[in-house]
Amino acid sequence: MIKVRNLKKTFGPKVAVDGVSFTVEKGEVLGFLGPNGAGKSTTMRMITGFIPPTDGEVTVGGHDIVAQPIAAKRLLGYLPENAPSYADMSVHGFLSFAAELRGLDGDARRKAVDRVIDMCFLEPVLHQSVETLSKGYRHRTCFAQSIIHDPEVLVLDEPTDGLDPNQKHEVRTLIRRMGEKKAIIFSTHILEEVEAVCSRAIIIDRGKIVANGTPKELKQRSEHAGAVTLRLLDGSGTSVKSRIDQLPGIERSVVVSESPLTVRAYPRKHDGSDELSKALGEVALKERWQIQELHTEEGRLDEVFRNITLPDTETSKGEKE
Amino acid sequence: MSAVATHPIRTIAKRELSGYFASPVAFVFIVIFLLLSGFFTFMVAGFFERGEAGLLAFFSWHPWLYLFLVPAVGMRMWSEERRLGTIELLLTMPVTPWQAIVGKFFAAWAVVGLALVLTFPVVLTVNYLGNPDNGVIFAGYLGSFLMAGAYLAITAMTSAMTRNQVVSFIVSVVLALFLILAGWPPVTNMLTQWAPTWFVDGVAAFSVMTHFESIQKGVIDSRDILYFLSIIVFALFTTGVIIRAHRAG
Repeated sequence: MIKVRNLKKTFGPKVAVDGVSFTVEKGEVLGFLGPNGAGKSTTMRMITGFIPPTDGEVTVGGHDIVAQPIAAKRLLGYLPENAPSYADMSVHGFLSFAAELRGLDGDARRKAVDRVIDMCFLEPVLHQSVETLSKGYRHRTCFAQSIIHDPEVLVLDEPTDGLDPNQKHEVRTLIRRMGEKKAIIFSTHILEEVEAVCSRAIIIDRGKIVANGTPKELKQRSEHAGAVTLRLLDGSGTSVKSRIDQLPGIERSVVVSESPLTVRAYPRKHDGSDELSKALGEVALKERWQIQELHTEEGRLDEVFRNITLPDTETSKGEKE
Repeated sequence: MSAVATHPIRTIAKRELSGYFASPVAFVFIVIFLLLSGFFTFMVAGFFERGEAGLLAFFSWHPWLYLFLVPAVGMRMWSEERRLGTIELLLTMPVTPWQAIVGKFFAAWAVVGLALVLTFPVVLTVNYLGNPDNGVIFAGYLGSFLMAGAYLAITAMTSAMTRNQVVSFIVSVVLALFLILAGWPPVTNMLTQWAPTWFVDGVAAFSVMTHFESIQKGVIDSRDILYFLSIIVFALFTTGVIIRAHRAG
């Protein structure tokens, strides 16, 4: 549904987005990650046709966003960053306006407005003006606007920003459910959100895509991925470590803490097999270690995120100064 | 989706209008316009003392009244969209920028038009007191409405330049002032002392005064109409260029 090819955007001498390409199909939820100022919002603004790309192309449902903007925009729902809305309008008025601009009239419009009011829990504030709303309601009002025409493509710029944990959960559930039938791109800072909602994630840094894969694939890039953590009720660190280091297929092991004794063993090969944990279990049995916990690390997304993006942000800081 | 969807221009104009009346902008404008035009017509211009069955005393103040009041109505047109970020919402809807520009302009123009319509007691008064030429009065209203449209289009342009309404207001007042002064007799008299006639006429031709005065006298000349319409079209076109440049970064 969304095809982005070699997308570029420069603001004067500053390169905001530098050759980004990806596609999103129906039934996919793409998480868009990256540090602040990485070019996430700029990319989304280009996809939705708000700003024209310097180079490259975007097609939405086969329509080029620059050449056929109206046809492309019809398929799109968009929640801009900070969820703007007309402050002097009531929630109901604002949603009716959005529906009307989307070409919905009469009965269809009433139905569409009622549907999103239900989906976004806006009933209690329906006739309040937007400027009197709390941030959470304001956010959901703008979110409601983006899905009012039941679009095939949704672009959401930080849809859970500023919501409380319950609201975050509701919005995530909504995105996941809609993702079954739509093509969705959403950006976020919250990594657990990516794991909870996305079928695929892209990490973008300084305008370039630095990682692209399922959350699971990304996690395997973590240095702890595949490592086995063993926690014992008693025993001494040095003896346990030396015994573990003799196991075949092990690269190294680390004593994470002495009490309770926790040892992490890293395999030589990261092939996703559970051989190492099996071997450790057998050793423990033989040595009569009392196991409190034994598990294989899946790897952590935040660690991958930091490893990929941190060096770059540090150098960019240096450049600015 | 129904067969005949509401046209985006209408949808946008309707929303703008409701915005003008949800905030005090429209009411304040209308009340002040009515008060001031009454004051100038009856107190300053001496409507009754003139003993004329006409509204020259009424219309001749409009260029000056509009100078401050019209930019006050139009200054939020685009600057508010930029400040709130709703411009991003509006322009990612399936509408073209010119539909948004025209819709917003029509809504603001309608507010000014409503204020003009509400001056009808003046027309009734002059008809009660004497036998005015109502054709001339109609021409005066037409000219006044077109002039307001020209100021408004200029304000649309300045409000697209900035997210600050005050800046938008001041710049449009200055531009409108230029359009007035270029043909204002004190200025043209000063120019004639050292500039050739063709230059003075050329500058004066840019002025709303020159064109408004002839319409006011009841002469609906297509050139005067064209003058106002071309200012409107040019300013709105420039608004589109400014918005596009702003989006391109």
